[in-house]
Amino acid sequence: MRKFLLSTIAAGLLAAATPALAHEGPALDKQVWSWQGVFGHYDKAQLRRGWQVYHDICSNCHSMNLLAYRNLASLGFTADQIKAFAAEKQVTDGPNDQGEMYQRPARPSDHFVPPFANEQAARVANNGALPPDLSLMVKARHGGPDYVYSLLTGFTDPPAGHVVPDGMYYNRAFNGGNIGMPPPISDDAVTYADGTKATKDQIAKDVVSFLNWAAEPELDQRHALGVKVIGFLIVLTAMFYALKRKIWADVH
Amino acid sequence: MSGYKFENKAVQWFDDRLPLFTVLRHSTTDYPTPRNLNYWWNFGSLALMMLVIMILTGVFLVMNYTPNAALAFDSVERIMRDVNYGWLIRYMHANGASMFFIVVYIHIFRGLYYGSYKAPREVLWWLGLVIYLLMMATAFMGYVLPWGQMSFWGATVITNLFSAFPVVGDYIVTLLWGGFSVANPTLNRFFSLHYLLPFLIFAVVFLHLVALHTVKSSNPLGIEMKGPQDSIPFHPYYTIKDLYGVGLFLIIYMAFVFFAPNFFGEPDNYIPANPMVTPPHIVPEWYYLPFYAILRSIPNKLAGVIAMFSAILILFFLPWIDSSKVRSAKFRPIFKQVFWIFVLDTIVLGYVGSQPPGGPLVVIGQIATAVYFLFFPFLYLLGKIEKPRALPQSISAAVLKSEKA
Repeated sequence: MRKFLLSTIAAGLLAAATPALAHEGPALDKQVWSWQGVFGHYDKAQLRRGWQVYHDICSNCHSMNLLAYRNLASLGFTADQIKAFAAEKQVTDGPNDQGEMYQRPARPSDHFVPPFANEQAARVANNGALPPDLSLMVKARHGGPDYVYSLLTGFTDPPAGHVVPDGMYYNRAFNGGNIGMPPPISDDAVTYADGTKATKDQIAKDVVSFLNWAAEPELDQRHALGVKVIGFLIVLTAMFYALKRKIWADVH
Repeated sequence: MSGYKFENKAVQWFDDRLPLFTVLRHSTTDYPTPRNLNYWWNFGSLALMMLVIMILTGVFLVMNYTPNAALAFDSVERIMRDVNYGWLIRYMHANGASMFFIVVYIHIFRGLYYGSYKAPREVLWWLGLVIYLLMMATAFMGYVLPWGQMSFWGATVITNLFSAFPVVGDYIVTLLWGGFSVANPTLNRFFSLHYLLPFLIFAVVFLHLVALHTVKSSNPLGIEMKGPQDSIPFHPYYTIKDLYGVGLFLIIYMAFVFFAPNFFGEPDNYIPANPMVTPPHIVPEWYYLPFYAILRSIPNKLAGVIAMFSAILILFFLPWIDSSKVRSAKFRPIFKQVFWIFVLDTIVLGYVGSQPPGGPLVVIGQIATAVYFLFFPFLYLLGKIEKPRALPQSISAAVLKSEKA
């Protein structure tokens, strides 16, 4: 029985390891994140700081099309705060009774208003580069949060002999080394509403946490439910095992 | 009909008109099963459970999914974010595909190890392989539906394989695509077929079970049941043993769903499909990787495609390729070693398939491909020369002996 279990697990792991082995690229600057592990969960104060970083810095170039302002409620913002965040932006609505489109302040039910009207507008404002949408950024890169952290803190002088084209920047975490994004964060690039000291490292961690929440908003619920489900299954399986022993007693 | 009378009159009345209860009795409490099945025999029922889970979660996903190239990606994200427990249903479905394949691969390798495909179980084995082929097609088309980068480019690479066939190749590809590139019509037909094929699988599973109940289960000793002392009824003995296996399996499955839901996934598939941008490294899902490695090991495209399909089709001939009269590897010392070499070889092929081609991996992949195909002629010769160990008189004799020891 033990041999069987071990070999099953080994076979499963081998099969499972195959996709995991497929990555490569620059070494990641691995961090400890509050949501990692079975009992891991988001630190809401950190997510609110991360939202502030996105709001003050990233959102000038990067859209987050999959998120709506109402989603910010799960960060602990009040309804009035969320209304205020939304109202900072104008959206086109309509047609009205006169058959005309009109501008109105965004509402909590609206998705985050993108900084550019379309891809072409984004490219022309960014030296030809397209700032990618950040809704799923953490899930869409090998290395996930560690990669995004490494990228945000990876702006250094290029190694000797490495040529960085005009209008680009060297980043050791980025594939190929040359990135169109200027270094977005530095010490005191934001002033945190909660008084936390805004070091570059702190800002990077906060915004990565926020981006992870944006990509996996269900994580807290998922972990909490998962612990219950696995606990239930362990009890159920133990009962099946006891019953199996009892039913098979006369065969053995 | 057995002439059995049910105590409950209503049951008897119904059974006289539709023998549902007779069939149930026949395939549970009356169904004789070898008393010595080990836990490797749990994987058939696990596979059936996975099929049911996949169909059920799939039906609920479809209620919220939109099969349109412009809307598919966002509709999946809507399921993840706005549909109540949509994330749970989708993660169960996505991880379920991998779990289904893990279970089926173990089930197939178990059949190989214990020679379960030998007479009189050839048709049972064939039906199993048909299920496996249908699963591969279904999973491939399912992976296209979220319309992420890997969906799009995986579909492009795999459908392009058919263009290798002379004369008809290009027509097949156009037909698969519904046009001249992977686009909205491709997504639509894949969605339609992805919904259809699981029900075909279900039908073949039914035939698989009918065949099984006709020839009965094989067992670790590979000798037939010779009388009531060799068998026990399926219910309650194997129902409870299967349930125990279900419990253990669900713990592993749910651990992935709740704590590592994207473990089997490719991050690129969280980027919406973009025909203008090719991902640096296109990989199929892990369950195709050994065959993908075989395809890439052969420099000629058509030969590669033929080799890839042959790698699966050759399994249909296994009952005749394996010339040994003894079923179980337990009594075949050399086959036992060769079996594990074959398992290892498929894992090596899987690894090679997951990597960008180049360097020593090309040669390793070619050697592993050669080993894969040499396994079959070797198996034929082995049956002629190998001297198997003495088989026990009967299942009960072997069981009683091992219990005394």
